[in-house]
Amino acid sequence: MSNKSVFFNPFSKNNPVVVQILGICSVLAVTAKLEPALVMGLSVIAVLAFSNVIISLIRNTIPTNIRIIVQLVVVAGLVVIVSQLLEAFAYDVSKQLSVFIGLIITNCILMGRLEAFAMANRPWASFLDGLGNGIGYTIILVIVGFFRELLGSGTLFGFQIVPQCVYEMGYVNNGLMILPPMALIVVACIIWVHRSFNKDLQEK
Amino acid sequence: MNKQSNTYTLLYIIVLVAVVGTALAFTSISLKERQQNNAAADKMRQILASVNIEANGNSIAQEYEKYIISSFIVNDKGERIDNEVDAFDLSVEAQSKTEAAQRLLPVYQCKLDDGEIKYILPMYGAGLWGPIWGYISVNSDGRTIYGAYFAHQGETPGLGAEIEKPAFTSRFAGKKLFENNKFYPVAVVKAGQPAPEGADYVDGVSGGTITSKGVGAMIDNCISPYSSFLESLDR
Repeated sequence: MSNKSVFFNPFSKNNPVVVQILGICSVLAVTAKLEPALVMGLSVIAVLAFSNVIISLIRNTIPTNIRIIVQLVVVAGLVVIVSQLLEAFAYDVSKQLSVFIGLIITNCILMGRLEAFAMANRPWASFLDGLGNGIGYTIILVIVGFFRELLGSGTLFGFQIVPQCVYEMGYVNNGLMILPPMALIVVACIIWVHRSFNKDLQEK
Repeated sequence: MNKQSNTYTLLYIIVLVAVVGTALAFTSISLKERQQNNAAADKMRQILASVNIEANGNSIAQEYEKYIISSFIVNDKGERIDNEVDAFDLSVEAQSKTEAAQRLLPVYQCKLDDGEIKYILPMYGAGLWGPIWGYISVNSDGRTIYGAYFAHQGETPGLGAEIEKPAFTSRFAGKKLFENNKFYPVAVVKAGQPAPEGADYVDGVSGGTITSKGVGAMIDNCISPYSSFLESLDR
């Protein structure tokens, strides 16, 4: 596989969320608003890219029977560093994301990429793979966050988008959009649209 | 060396943990001061928010110096007491969990642009998913609420998290803390349901019943010990 396809495949054809159905848990948790969704995506990109590189660098030294533990330690270390950095340089956002940054550790995409790619590939390819999968994850998070915030709160990034006069005419924000089930339904809609454009992904 | 041997595995994990541990300790130490400054600035911002002053960025500390003219600690009898720890650094979380009679109660005295004095009282309690906290500002006679600020760690966005929005906090302005010279904490009730007898009340957040109840309980727990202090302000 060329480096180019390693980087670009996760955007669509091999997207971690809508094709591999990984990392759904955080899609439910952080997409009620667009801003936390975006910061969460960026944090996952950073953690995924760097943990991929680190694991790839030490892949030949890791004893097979504790490789999952080693991967976890590396990921957990990086996640704590990211959360500390956010707390020092982006305090407001770190407060908004609070527990969810810590939950990156349990994001299945990370373990999936480390185990499936970084353990068997060179650092540069692993870096691109981490970057690509992180971006693929972020794209879905942002799309879901966009619809949930727009329909659920009438805002985007906290700014009011739905004009006040529409509310005066009797429009009401859809409170259901803010609840986790709607995140699943929005993801399902994205998968539906995605598969109807990519016929080769459809199961016979 | 055999990479599958127990010795190798053991050594490997010890080295790995030591390296990661050092990296984490280094990050924590080198960022600590920045984080503490951020946390202190954020606390100042929250205190000012309870008197409807919005400060952000680098101006927070200046604005705080300008408006908060003093801070002190009282006990549940309303007497000022000396304490080693400054009122600002006192942990409201720890105090809120002790018995009312033993609590150290911080008070921030604030002078607004028009010269009016407000007293700001901190609160700490529990919501649905995690802690909630806030500040209530009281008019100089100690009888009515001037403003309120609430924050939370992880309440559901759009539901319980709405307690931090002005739509909710502004409901507290003008609420009475005393009825017939008896102290009643402001109650938070489900819209349309009767309020407890005597107490002034605000409507809770719809869809955030448990968080709203938490706010009510927090006000009861954290503001009630101030009743003697508030009463003494009126003389």
